Amino acid sequence: MSDPKAKKPVDDVTGTETTGHTWDGIEELNSPLPRWWLWTFYATVVWGIAYTIAYPAWPMVSSATSGILGYSTRGEVAQDIDAFREASAARDSQLASADLATLSENEDLYRYAVSSGAAVFRNNCSQCHGSGAAGAKGYPNLLDDDWLWGGNHEAIAYTVRHGIRNEADDDARYSEMPAFGEILEEGEIPMLVEYVRGLAGAEHDAAMAEGAAELYADNCAACHGDNGMGDREQGAPNLTDAIWLYGGDRDALTETITYSRYGVMPPWGPPRLTEAQVQAVATYVHQLGGGEADPAE
Amino acid sequence: MADTPPSLYVAREPIFPRRVSGFFRTLKWWIMGITLGIYYLLPFVRWDRGPNMPDQAVLADLASRRFFFFWIEIWPHEFYFVAGLLIMAGLGLFLFTSALGRVWCGYTCPQTVWTDLFLLVERWIEGDRNARIRLNRAKWDFHKLGLRVSKWVVWLLISVATGGAWVFYFTDAPTLAVNLVNFDAPYVAYASIAILTATTFIFGGFMREQVCIYMCPWPRIQAAMMDEGTLTVGYRDWRGEPRGKHRKGARAAAASTTTTAYAEADVPDIEPLGDCIDCMACVNVCPMGIDIRDGQQLECITCALCIDACNEMMDKIGKPRGLIDYLALDDVPPTEPGDLAAVRPMGTDAVDPAPTVSVPVEGRVADVPAGNPAPTIAVASTEWKPKPIWKHIFRLRTMIYTALWSLVGIGLVVALFIRSDIELTVSPVRNPTFVMQSDGSIRNIYDVRLRNKSGDNRLFHLSLTSDETLRIELEGRPELSVTVPANETLLQRVYVTARPQDPASSADRTDLRLWVEDVETQSRASSATIFNGTGVE
Repeated sequence: MSDPKAKKPVDDVTGTETTGHTWDGIEELNSPLPRWWLWTFYATVVWGIAYTIAYPAWPMVSSATSGILGYSTRGEVAQDIDAFREASAARDSQLASADLATLSENEDLYRYAVSSGAAVFRNNCSQCHGSGAAGAKGYPNLLDDDWLWGGNHEAIAYTVRHGIRNEADDDARYSEMPAFGEILEEGEIPMLVEYVRGLAGAEHDAAMAEGAAELYADNCAACHGDNGMGDREQGAPNLTDAIWLYGGDRDALTETITYSRYGVMPPWGPPRLTEAQVQAVATYVHQLGGGEADPAE
Repeated sequence: MADTPPSLYVAREPIFPRRVSGFFRTLKWWIMGITLGIYYLLPFVRWDRGPNMPDQAVLADLASRRFFFFWIEIWPHEFYFVAGLLIMAGLGLFLFTSALGRVWCGYTCPQTVWTDLFLLVERWIEGDRNARIRLNRAKWDFHKLGLRVSKWVVWLLISVATGGAWVFYFTDAPTLAVNLVNFDAPYVAYASIAILTATTFIFGGFMREQVCIYMCPWPRIQAAMMDEGTLTVGYRDWRGEPRGKHRKGARAAAASTTTTAYAEADVPDIEPLGDCIDCMACVNVCPMGIDIRDGQQLECITCALCIDACNEMMDKIGKPRGLIDYLALDDVPPTEPGDLAAVRPMGTDAVDPAPTVSVPVEGRVADVPAGNPAPTIAVASTEWKPKPIWKHIFRLRTMIYTALWSLVGIGLVVALFIRSDIELTVSPVRNPTFVMQSDGSIRNIYDVRLRNKSGDNRLFHLSLTSDETLRIELEGRPELSVTVPANETLLQRVYVTARPQDPASSADRTDLRLWVEDVETQSRASSATIFNGTGVE
């Protein structure tokens, strides 16, 4: 059997050469793999080793081998961001100094402002105003047509840039409603609540409201106006419409009049956001549904 | 124990297919010419689509996400056309495989076609089978090197043309051709060409049958799709066996009239031979290097060249054609294969060349001695006829495949013709579901995508229909119309408002339909959607 030239064992049924191995009468057929498959396997091993040398691969104690090509996914992201910044640099500088009132005439820049403004909004504004800009109690809904400080491009951009009632920016929009709980007599506030509900056309006690007319004129009209239409110069809400920032029911109104409200918004102008980002987010907010016409030049 | 175990690996045995001519070879030349011609030339066919549109007849424009096929233009959202075509391709393959076996492998698979082309080059430069075997064995000298290098150069040129043609399908071909030559083309174009050149060169020149046998999943899949009624290339062993060299004088007799019993008993020197003369023609022409007479094999791509080779031999020795033929596995006479006595008339005198009459046996004409009063075994084979070809092709299975295939095809054609060149998709803004305005009216916001598939800027007018009173406005536009640039999709924010006194404002949901109309052509499209009210009656 040691003669290498001896005839190799052949399986009778298939006529295939066998390896000579037999288990319980079952013979193992010899179906040799083509050698190039083997070489392909070796090639993948070589490739794998070369790859781990070229690219970051082997875990070490505190980091990993960095690979001789110096590639990293983080580096790639940084590159992509730089490339994006470079690509949008021209538009950004154009946008930073653009007149927002006429921006929509430049279709390319306008679309850029809206889509980049949407990203700015989601990153910076949605925490309070909601990802859909619908706001919440105390945080204005930016989709409706009611604006405390004005809803044209310039007013929105100013609010974004300087914020409201904050200490950080001297140009922040500012006004303060007194806490009338310390000013008015007991029993006057419920009457005022009925009067305010009457202004808004809500269900109210007409007799009580009647009695509060003078109270309103003396204490409220200076800011909210004789007819309750509000005053945007002071961010005083319009009391006659259907929209209530803090709620229009009796409890909420009583609380508002007794303790007042003091909503704060941080300034988002530089250095927090770039001038282009402020312009972009103002453009985005303006086109959400409530944007008002810009004053003619 | 001193035995060295047999090697687990084996080197590739080179295969030197011989030139052959015949019906199937001619058919394959034609198919090769047509398919390669389409592949290489199609990118250069022009098709005028008007200004600002590519004028290449077939173009997969990845940059602007469009696929152009003559008059058809597919946008990304119409990808179901591609899915439909893939389903049709799948069903088509089922159909062809169950009717005709591995006909794809044998005639149209790129691996087969390019290998065939490379073999043509090889034969042209190095000569036919015997010359190539000699050359393979010869020592490396100037002559051999010259032949090999010229062969490789031609292969390489074909490969470069193959890789080059591929990239032309993805951008304007004439422009890219100029850029490629001037080294101005994008890196990815050169990389694609390089990779496809390498695969074509290696797969067509060196790997050949190894690709089919070891790399391709298709032989396994197709084997499962075939059944005993499928037409495939096969050898009629009941007719050919036992094979052997026919000796002069005995040939005619042995061919048709001998019987085992007779030969053994009375004429011992005349062997009971079948029609196969063991000339190896079928093996020598086989590009896969197999012997079809061993039966159905995974390696067989059914290229049918062995049929041509065998028919040529059968003609030469004066036997009927079709010893190797397209046949179905159930296509044998109702006897055990090898029990040849049953299919051959018995009791005839082999030595005496008796006058014969022609009786059709299994599609061929067998010479049966006339005046044979009573064959001891009634010749089953003279009554037996193979199923006609159409019965193999028109079976329930293939007809079901055909019906499914046609159904998908008709669906796609209908979809192609009813699609409009303007379209809109409406995605209602649901964050928030509605917005209350100062005057108490309820507004819903919709992001409407307007698609203008024509080559001109067009003015679209938007409107809505609903049972309830609703008002429509467009963001940033005083009118209800908007210009959509040519060949673009425009996102328009649309507001639908219900006044406080309108039922829709307090209803939970109200149905409405948004319409877009091309102001010039009056063609319209619409999409149904929902208006959300406060839900507080």
